[in-house]
Parts: sequence; C-alpha cells; structure tokens
Amino acid sequence: MNPVVAGIRGIAGYLGKVLGADAYKKYLEHHAAAGHAGPPLTEREFWRDRTDRQDTNPQGRCC
Amino acid sequence: MGTMPDGTQRDSTHGSSQGTAQLDDGITPDPSLPPTSVDESVRDAADRKWTPAKIALWAAIALLGGVAWIMLAIIRGETVNAIWFVFASVCTYLIGYRFYSKVIERYLLKPNDRRATPAEYKADGKDYVRTDRNVLFGHHFAAIAGAGPLVGPVIAAQMGYLPGTIWIIIGVVLAGAVQDYLVLFFSMRRGGRSLGQMAREELGLIGGTAALVATLLIMVIIVAILALVVVNALGESPWGVFSVGMTIPIALFMGVYLRFIRPGKVMEVSIIGFVLLMAAIIGGGAVAGTEWGAAFFHLDKVTIAWGLIVYGFIAAILPVWLLLAPRDYLSTFMKIGVIVMLALAIIVVRPEITVPAFSEFAGRDNGPVFSGALFPFLFVTIACGALSGFHALIASGTTPKLIEKERQTRLIGYGGMLMESFVAIMALVAAISIDRGIYFAMNAPVALTGGTVETAAQWVNSLGLAGVNISAADLAQTASDVGEQSIVSRSGGAPTLAVGLAHIMQQFIGGTAMMAFWYHFAIMFEALFILTAVDAGTRVARFMLQDSIGNFIPKFKDNSWRPGAWLCTAVMVAAWGAVLLMGVTDPLGGINTLFPLFGIANQLLAAIALSVCLAIAAKRTALKYLWIVAVPLAFAAVVTITASFLKIFSPVPAVGYFANNAAFAKALADGKTSFGTAKTQAAMEAVVRNTMIQGWLSVIFVVLSIIVIITAVIATINALRNTAAGRANVEHEDPAQASQVFAPAGFIPTAAERELVTTWNQLPAGERLEKSGHH
Repeated sequence: MNPVVAGIRGIAGYLGKVLGADAYKKYLEHHAAAGHAGPPLTEREFWRDRTDRQDTNPQGRCC
Repeated sequence: MGTMPDGTQRDSTHGSSQGTAQLDDGITPDPSLPPTSVDESVRDAADRKWTPAKIALWAAIALLGGVAWIMLAIIRGETVNAIWFVFASVCTYLIGYRFYSKVIERYLLKPNDRRATPAEYKADGKDYVRTDRNVLFGHHFAAIAGAGPLVGPVIAAQMGYLPGTIWIIIGVVLAGAVQDYLVLFFSMRRGGRSLGQMAREELGLIGGTAALVATLLIMVIIVAILALVVVNALGESPWGVFSVGMTIPIALFMGVYLRFIRPGKVMEVSIIGFVLLMAAIIGGGAVAGTEWGAAFFHLDKVTIAWGLIVYGFIAAILPVWLLLAPRDYLSTFMKIGVIVMLALAIIVVRPEITVPAFSEFAGRDNGPVFSGALFPFLFVTIACGALSGFHALIASGTTPKLIEKERQTRLIGYGGMLMESFVAIMALVAAISIDRGIYFAMNAPVALTGGTVETAAQWVNSLGLAGVNISAADLAQTASDVGEQSIVSRSGGAPTLAVGLAHIMQQFIGGTAMMAFWYHFAIMFEALFILTAVDAGTRVARFMLQDSIGNFIPKFKDNSWRPGAWLCTAVMVAAWGAVLLMGVTDPLGGINTLFPLFGIANQLLAAIALSVCLAIAAKRTALKYLWIVAVPLAFAAVVTITASFLKIFSPVPAVGYFANNAAFAKALADGKTSFGTAKTQAAMEAVVRNTMIQGWLSVIFVVLSIIVIITAVIATINALRNTAAGRANVEHEDPAQASQVFAPAGFIPTAAERELVTTWNQLPAGERLEKSGHH
C-alpha cells in the first residue's frame, strides 16, 4: 500500500506547488538566505501582501 | 557585467581570483562553487552519441508516428480509431521537441547556464523566485491553456478531421511552440519584461505604439468572444446557469477562507472548493428538475450577456483576494485534473470516429458552422492549440521571472505549448466522436436549423452529407441524455465538446446515467476557465489603458486612484460588452460571424510577437538561421492578412463584412422587410450596424499589424546591416551575471547533469543558498 500512498502524496504535493501553496516557505528561505535585517512577514501578512500586490499587478490568464 | 540592476557595483570577491574558468561569455563564476553549467563539450558529445538503444527508441517513435499518420491521412476505411490521433500527435511532438527545438536552442537562442536568470539576480522571494522546472511546467501550462484549445478545434471540425489535425500538430511544432519558446527566452534575458515593453524597445515609437494599441483591441475582442461562448452554452439552460452561477459564491467563500480563516492553505481550500463545485453540478440537476428552478434559472441569452457584463465590471474592481485568486486556484485545479482524465478516457475508451477526413464543406466557403474557405479560415478558426498570440503575453509575464536556469526555457516554453496542442487534439477527438448530424444540428445558427428538433433534423438531412440521417427523436434523446431541454443551435463549441466528452466519459465511468453529469461538468469547467480569463483580461486591459492615458494625464498612472481605475475598467467592460451583445443579438448567429475575428485577432497578436522576436533574433544570429522565426511569421502574416482582406473586401456576403453590409443596406433601401436570415426590419438594421463595426475592426487590426510587421522588418534589416558592417547593435538584454545555482534542463536529467547535481548536493547547505541579497 505504501507506494500508492506515496504516489498520491507526490501528486498532491506537485499540484500544491503548481498552485503556489509553497510560496510562503520559499519566501522564508529567501529571507533567511538574503540576510535581511528585519524579521520576515508572518504567514498571514505574506498572503495578504501577495494578493494585494496582484491588485496592482494583474496577470493575464489565457484563452 | 559589473553592475547590479540597482546600479551598485558587484561584490569584488567575484571575478578577481585566478583559476576561475573564463569563457568568452564574459561571466566569471564564483570560484568556491561547482560549475553552474554542464561543460559544453560533454553535453555535445552526449547529444551526438547515438547508442543502439537510443537509435532503436527514436526509430520506434518515428515508425509509430508514421503509421498513425498513414492511418489518419491515407487509409480510408469506414471509421478510424481515436487512438491514432493520440499516437500521431504524441510521436510528432516528441520528434519536434527532441530535434527541432534543439535546433532553435543551438543555433538561435544559445542559452547559457553560467548566466543567472532573473529569478536569481532579482530574487525577492515574491515575484522573482527560482521554481523547480517540473512545477513551473505545470504552472505555465495552467496559465496558457484555457477554453481556446477546447473550442476552436470543435468549430473547425466542420471541414472534417484531417485539416484541423494537421494544422494543430504541424502548426504547433513549427510555429506555436516556437513563438512561446522565443518570447519566454527573450523576456527572461530582459528581466521578465512584457511584450509591449520589448516591442517599444526593439521597434521604436511607431511600431511599439501600434503593437500596444493592437494588443489592447485584440484583448477586447478575445474577451468578448470567450464571453459569447459562455453565453451560448448557458442560454436557456437552467442547470448550467445554476451550477456556473454557484462558482461565484464558492469562490467568494474560498477567498474569505484564505484571507481570514486559514491563510496559505491553498491545497486545502482548493479541495473544499472542488467538492463544493461537484455539489453545485449535482445540485444543479436537482434544481433544474423542480418547476421553480427551471423557471427561475431559465434565462435567455441577452439576459445572461447583461449579467456577464455587470459581473465582469464588479469582478474587475473587487480586490483580487476575494474573487480572482480563489477562482484561479479552482480553475487550475480543474484544468489539470480534467485534462489528465480526458486523456485517460480517450486511451481507455478509444472511440471509433465516423467523421470523414475531409467533409463536404472542406472545399466550400459557405459552411454553416463558420463561413469562409479552408484557406485561410481553418487556420484562424483553430488558433489556440496551434499558434496563439495570447501566449506571448503570458510568456512575457510571470513565467520568465520564475525560471531557474536558462536551458529550462525549452522545456517550459516549447514543451508547455506542445501540451496545449495535445489538449486541442483531445478536444477535436471528443467533438468528432459524436454523430455528424448532431454536430451540425448543434453548431448551425437558429436561422438555419429553425430551433426545433423537427426543423433541425429536416435541415441537417437536406444537407446531403454522406452517412448522415438523423431524426427529430435522436436530437430530443441526446438533449434528454445530457439533461438539457434542447441541443439545437447550441453554437460556440462548448456544448458540442461537452456532449462529446459526456459521450466518451460515460463509457469510462458511470454509463448513460452519468451523461448529464459529465455534460454539465464540461460546461462548468469551460465556463470557469473563461470567466477567469474574462476577469483577468479585463484587469490587464484596464492597466494597459490606464498606462496609456497616463502618458497624457499623469494622474491615471496611479493604479490606486479609484476614479481612474473604475473609469478605465468601465471603458474596457463597455468595449467587450458591446461586442458581446452584438454577437448575442446577431441575426446571422454570433459565433458564425465573430469566431473568425477571434482567431484573426489572436493570430495577429502572434504575428506581432513573432515580429518582435525577429527583430531581436536578427541581432544575435546569422541570417541563415532567421528562417526559424521568419517562416512562422510569414505564415501567420499571410494567413491573417489574407483572412482580414477577405473579411474586408470579399464580394461574397457570407464572407465579407462590407459585402454583407451592402447587401442588407440595399435590401433596406428597397423597402424589404425580411432578407436572408434576418426576418424583421430591426434585425436587418442590426446586421447593417454589426457588419459595419466588424468590418472596421478588421481594418484597424490589420493596419496596426502591418505597421508592426513593417517596423520589425526594418529593425531586422538594420540589425543585419550593422552586423555585416561590423557595427555593434544596441542590446536591451540585462547585463550578464554569474549564476550561483545549478539545475537540470529537462524532465529527465542527463548523466552529466546528475553528476553535477551530486556535486552540488555535497556542498554544505550554507554555501549552496543564493547569495544575491542586496536589500
């Protein structure tokens, strides 16, 4: 059964990444690596900021 | 190299030490890191080494593809199995990807993995983020694929299956995927700049302005006609109206959930949304079955069109988190799921296709589904899936800011488009797996079918199509199978695809009892894709408009200035809304007259994108490789300009807008009260008005595009002259900076790439992380 569970996990993980579910994790990694002075945004702040920036920077969706 | 994008000098520890490899690319890699690129000679050697296993593999692919093409194109049996479409397309894609895209890579683009991508040198953890290539492939695919490749091939099936199949498969390999790949690469080299900005830089003020105005107008047309497809699918369909309408509260709920309840739980909320969506489809059947539900949600097309216009305006001024972002998650989730499912179903069910390779309409220009001869109108009817200019806006948007390594652009740009082409092939298979009589009854305008099952059956049988003989009972039975009151004259492609998909899926899961569910499932996801595109398209167009007006009235450049934003949104919605209403009320049947305009618009955008690419390519390669860009550009230009000229100048009223205009105007002047398909004087006046607008739109598009193409050719000639005279061309690329990361280029890493990855993995974690912090 294990390979099946692993397979489903893998697919779910992949879909999640395609949707951008790991964006906050990547932001934290970047924040740590880039040596910022201040503390990083909290998860709530980050997602708020992310969608709010899309308000002024819209991305097309294709036909 | 030397300066960072913000103008600061680069860290002096890079570059000065001896012993670092100094190739002629002007990049000095960090000496403390392993190589950031596979050695050129090693890669070349591996590419050129043909082991027996490799030869056998590619010979088998070529052979299977060849047999499949013979089955489709030459063998004329009673039927042809759908599996041959899968083999012909996949084998051709593999060969195109392995051989042709490598030619483009080697001789034209010359990606350099030693060079950092914007995701690396502009890394900010938000917009510029290095993204795993497999994830980015899915992300890019979800952004480019929508309802377009699902609709065009269905409409083009009027001509038989072969012309559409050839154009989708060959067109993508030589044109569509090339455009996406080039635009993505050039935009990546320019820090992720947009197509409009690149046009301005490369083509100068006139060419750049023409490109910008053309892009704006083209977006209006594309949004309007996508909206028309939704309206046609939902008109007089209570079930469809209910379940598609429910997507709005579902998305609002998801938005609130993500913002206030559990921020960042994207996967979780997508699954919840998906479950709610399924409930909405099933519930829609129940609601439409009740008397009040059938009455309340039974809306005519004009009402739905107005609803969509009001919705479009509100959706475009609401904050992104509330409606657009959650629906985008839902749409992406559905997109990938549906496409995988449809591919599996076609492979498992393998329907027999009875549609002829070339239908009776292939040699005529008066087909009932779309008018015009095979050349050039087939090539504009199928835009998405073969060559889609809209992709240039995506490939110069988010994706170039996420690419991890330069060499991955081939997988993402070229490979991503091949995937969309495969979606188009599957849509074609679904559409031609249904009976041809039903196909024509569904896709011809009411003016021809008469709108009832009896008149439609009579009309279809009078066409004299080989092997077609349907009865009114067949049409009524199909409608009741899919849970609709009628399927006659449901033009626009979406309902036909939904019937085809239901037909295939019920053989895969659920049987006939599930047909109504599958039909509304298909309508639902097409509407979902389109509504997302309408909403996003309105927003993008509004920003373009604000930016343009801002050149004269600076206040408009401020995106947070509400009156400006609302005014520009209203202008854009009014523009596409007017075209939409024109299509909905058109006595000639909106899709029949407007769909060619959609394809022409989309491919004129492709011609613009390829023109920009040509001007850029001329600076970086010898004349003898420019054909890679010149061939698809010439083809797109010839097809769209011919199609536009026919739409403008053709004396055949069914084809030429102005000829039709003149015919109706004359009939009105002669005092006739009914002419052709227009049964009243008001309808005749509508035709006169519509054809005039459509005609002038065609004129404006084609003039703007010709300006862009001419300026691009001038820029190209100048660049070639400079090169010949030994003068340097002005380069708009961002300065090259040394990369500090490594990742493989394709889905499957090569031996040399695996070796390099191992070396990188042995580095202590602290040294592996990016060092581009400049904040």
